Amino acid sequence: MTNAGTKLNLVNTRKYSLLNQYFISISLVLLTSVACYFSSQFIGYRTVALLLLVTVSIVAMLFDILPVLSAALLSALIWNFFFIPPIFTFHIESAEDLLMFLLYFFIAMVNAVLTIKIRREEAKVRDKEEKENIIKLYNTLLNSLSHELRTPISTIIGAVDNLKDNKEKLSITNQTELLNQIEIAGTRLNRQVENLLNMSRLETGMLKLNLDWCDTNELINSVIQKLPISYKQTIIFEPNENLPLFKFDRGLIEQVLQNLLHNAINYTPENSIITIVATHQSGACVISVSDNGKGIPEAELDYLFDKFYRLPQTKTGGSGLGLSIVKGYIEAHNGIVKVENNTTGGVKFIVEFPAEASYLNNLKNE
Amino acid sequence: MSKTEILIIDDEPQIRKLLEITLESNDYKVWQAETGKAGIILAANHPPELILLDIGLPDKSGHEILKELRTWYNKSIIILSVQNNEADIVSALDNGATDYLTKPFRSAELLARIRSAIRRNQSTNTENKIICGDLEIDIAARVVTKLNDVLKLTATEFNILVLLAKNEGRVLTHQFILKEIWGVGSQTETQYLRVFIGTLRKKIETNPNQPQHIFTESGVGYRFV
Repeated sequence: MTNAGTKLNLVNTRKYSLLNQYFISISLVLLTSVACYFSSQFIGYRTVALLLLVTVSIVAMLFDILPVLSAALLSALIWNFFFIPPIFTFHIESAEDLLMFLLYFFIAMVNAVLTIKIRREEAKVRDKEEKENIIKLYNTLLNSLSHELRTPISTIIGAVDNLKDNKEKLSITNQTELLNQIEIAGTRLNRQVENLLNMSRLETGMLKLNLDWCDTNELINSVIQKLPISYKQTIIFEPNENLPLFKFDRGLIEQVLQNLLHNAINYTPENSIITIVATHQSGACVISVSDNGKGIPEAELDYLFDKFYRLPQTKTGGSGLGLSIVKGYIEAHNGIVKVENNTTGGVKFIVEFPAEASYLNNLKNE
Repeated sequence: MSKTEILIIDDEPQIRKLLEITLESNDYKVWQAETGKAGIILAANHPPELILLDIGLPDKSGHEILKELRTWYNKSIIILSVQNNEADIVSALDNGATDYLTKPFRSAELLARIRSAIRRNQSTNTENKIICGDLEIDIAARVVTKLNDVLKLTATEFNILVLLAKNEGRVLTHQFILKEIWGVGSQTETQYLRVFIGTLRKKIETNPNQPQHIFTESGVGYRFV
């Protein structure tokens, strides 16, 4: 996360390469000079000095110190050569003009240096804010992590202690129950680690899409089959026979569906019905996962995909990462995620991403 | 009959212990090696029926061990890998691994894969006839029957089915299947493969939405059981 943050900052302050900065600064000075040259008879050569100073100031606001100083130097020389009488020489006749020239030079340099100092200060403040944000994020992460990892670890250690020390006293039912708890804790730990790995892939920009033709119906069926057997909801999916093959990253979309389904299973009451629908709409693959549970307060809908965001008063078991991974992976496909409450109750997640489609699968013959 | 022998090459003592207990309680004889080198020596002195190889070994990469083993060892090798590493898995399969499992794996899954890989070693299927559960493939006559019903397969569907069935229990990568069926140069035409696997499943599977014969290995390939 730190890396991504500082990288972003560098990109912002160095939008232009040094070469471009020189080019733009010098061009600006030259342009102003040419404009002034043709209007100097109306505005007088001393006003020209002020206009050139303005140009240098603008350059100073945008660029690094060296291009700015060279703009300052160049503008001073141009003013001297083309504007201070006698023109077309570096010679200055009146003492007044000489003083003006020296002052011009001085003001241009001070201007440049000061502006850059201010910009450095600003950058420092920005850096500090960013660092504080990162620390805040880390703290949230650590809090969330230590809780989400320690709970299953405590379960495992506790259950094993019981099984080892109290073997004679434990009924077979309780022994089985403890073993089940160890199993659940292990699966949960594995999911947390997987989410963290996925998140770090997203955050560090290491994500590279591995696009290939995918049978979306088959993908959804296989995700449903890989779910833990213990869920108590009903999942309904009717394969859409008219669906083309889509080109997307199967691994990532699989993860998206897994996270959406885990979410639906974790946050709807027993016996809820979870419905998955896949369609092809105006060049995009659209998959929705809706349930008939309690829904989500409207005010919370906007924050749902934020990192580490968890609905107030929800049961533990999630890290607050699942949905932000969904969002990240769909955005990596240039798509969008939407969530809305159904009018009939429950919540509906929709992922929609543009994907190349092939209707080859509808050909009946070879 | 003597017990079937399995060699485990893994550097993690905990994983070795777990595998040892799981396998021995299921009547396999277990040999263990903690480094690739030791594993190769052990396998050479005493060729096992199956090798479980951790692809992330410290001394030599598991990939090299795999290549070295494959110069003379022709029984099944199952790769143990970590999750989310399809490229690694595909390259291991292309280098001759029979199948793969990602850690953490469930014991039932491990045992099923081992059984199917060992069955592959001892396969009684002949060049001309393959029997697999409810499916019977007569290669010479180009006839496939499911519970005695003759299935109508197109030529390409039949060829894919035969390729998969001849490699029962083995994961075939997309690239491998494409090359075998459509020839060199068509390795990127995965859309054809998806389509034919889809139509094939509709014909040979009892429930195409929950296939029992052709399994998809996400991002890797297909496995026929």
